[in-house]
Amino acid sequence: MAEIALIGVTKSFAKNEVIHRADVAIGDGEFVVIVGPSGCGKSTLLRMIAGLETATQGEIRIGGKRVNEVEPKDRNIAMVFQNYALYPHMTVYENMSYGLRIRRMDRTQIRARVDRAAAILELSPYLQRKPRELSGGQRQRVAMGRAIVREPAAFLFDEPLSNLDAKLRVQMRLEIQKLHRELRTTSVYVTHDQVEAMTLADRMIVMNAGTIEQIGAPIRVYDDPESQFVAGFIGSPSMNFLPGRRVGTDIEVGEGVRVPLPSGLQASAPPSLTVGIRPEHFALGRAGGSVFPLRVETTEALGADSLVHTVFDRTPLVARVDGHATPQAGEQLSFSVDPARLYFFDAASGKRLRPAGA
Amino acid sequence: MKNSTTALMVENRPVADFIAHAILIVGVIVVAFPLWVTFVASTRTFDEIVHVPMPLFPGTHLLENYHQALVAGSARGSSAPVGTMLLNSFIVAVSIAIGKIVISILSAFAIVYFRFPLRKFFFWMIFITLMLPVEVRIIPTFKVAADMHLLDSYAGLVLPLIASATATFLFRQFFLTIPDELVEAARIDGAGPMRFFWDVILPLSKTHIAALFVILFIYGWNQYLWPLLITSRESMYTVVIGIKRMIAGGDAYNEWNVIMATAMLGLMPPALVVILMQKWFVKGLVETEK
Repeated sequence: MAEIALIGVTKSFAKNEVIHRADVAIGDGEFVVIVGPSGCGKSTLLRMIAGLETATQGEIRIGGKRVNEVEPKDRNIAMVFQNYALYPHMTVYENMSYGLRIRRMDRTQIRARVDRAAAILELSPYLQRKPRELSGGQRQRVAMGRAIVREPAAFLFDEPLSNLDAKLRVQMRLEIQKLHRELRTTSVYVTHDQVEAMTLADRMIVMNAGTIEQIGAPIRVYDDPESQFVAGFIGSPSMNFLPGRRVGTDIEVGEGVRVPLPSGLQASAPPSLTVGIRPEHFALGRAGGSVFPLRVETTEALGADSLVHTVFDRTPLVARVDGHATPQAGEQLSFSVDPARLYFFDAASGKRLRPAGA
Repeated sequence: MKNSTTALMVENRPVADFIAHAILIVGVIVVAFPLWVTFVASTRTFDEIVHVPMPLFPGTHLLENYHQALVAGSARGSSAPVGTMLLNSFIVAVSIAIGKIVISILSAFAIVYFRFPLRKFFFWMIFITLMLPVEVRIIPTFKVAADMHLLDSYAGLVLPLIASATATFLFRQFFLTIPDELVEAARIDGAGPMRFFWDVILPLSKTHIAALFVILFIYGWNQYLWPLLITSRESMYTVVIGIKRMIAGGDAYNEWNVIMATAMLGLMPPALVVILMQKWFVKGLVETEK
């Protein structure tokens, strides 16, 4: 059990800086998910915590101690890899106990730890099997078992569910959640899947192009994104964006449709900005607020709700409506949005524009 | 009724079948006939062999010829017993095979898993020696071996043949296919480099080692030029050299029956190694346990 801190950490490969000044504080027992598109540096960040990569600048602390110069094996962490990285020639038992055997732990104690972990992960019947005789989900569990038996200060997960099929992924996600509730070990989990991030994280770190864009509880990040990137990355289907131009106290978003600019933004807003609307914030009809005339392209009826793909002034927009409303293709419909639900971003920097005093 | 297309293709083409089989049978005969003649000659007496036409069916002197070869050697050429030669050949072939595997697996391990100055340079140095066969460097090698007093010794027979760029290269290629995560998992588990080598690399290389052993054993067993240079005492002859030394003069002078028995004895161990290790050999060539 330990907290983890990154203080001003950068990482360069040759002359390429791939991580720009990362500052992260992870609390004891916390489950933190690092999420971002591929190539954003999230795995590199995790590997620096593990000690598989060295930080170019800055300090990495585990349990309050600087570990920059400490070997991975002495950092008291355990890692679960995307491709499981099980030793193919060893049985499940040997795989799980390998780290303990290297540390010359007492045999009976190893036996006890492996048996306990195997029981938690429902692997007890498979201890004498080789990895190739197991299914993908079981292999993933063995990889987790190998981490658990070490009883480390922190678990590091590097896209552990990416190699599993969709159904198994959901199941393993729930198991990881359950496991964390039982063990309460500090965990850092890297994924590109925002659903995994939303469901698993106590707090999540959204990364883009080597920069940490936002850190916060999933629902906070969802409701209150700091930038257009975060707003677009978190949420499925993702937020709709419309380019807007300031016209007096309003913003024109095209074809004579205007949305009001909040009074707190009147002074600070730049002439061109981007308006963001979550699909679920569209309401069918002219119920009030800003009204958008949208032409329906297709409708995906998902049962509980329907996703209406529309076009507004050449910009595709997605609206999430009640599952029993099934607009037909080609229909021209009016959707309204509560102005309080609108998000505003600086068109140039992508930063969120917040009303003064809010 | 067979309705699979392959079954249909095989059926009903007697002419093609006949031609295919005829070619295969001719091929087998071409390869096997010299071996058969060798065997026949090793069961006859000297007089029967030199009689024209030479008989094509085994005679009754099998035990006699083989006994003479194993214990006494030829009465006319070299008289070293083949038993000793077989032992020498075996020691040399096994030492070369094991030595090559040990050296090359370790150097491949160093080249793939360690970052050290001039790593690329050393890799290319090893790689370039692939272009230098024994024959090219044989005179300087002989000089070095002579200066080190290695003539007529097992060390002299084995050492110069042990360095192997080919095997190093093969192991390197195999190691490159082992996922990096395995190394990282081992580092986090706390395994040092040599521990990782023993616990992970070596067991994973098992089939490759077996396949290489077969190839290298035969390579060592069949060495001709180098043993010919470095051995002058009969007690250090290998079988291949022994056969050559038994052939002393003109056709009619040599004891062909004993020489042929020696040839049969000399080709049996490599054949046995291939047959016994065939399963491993094929496995090592076609699959990797990953």
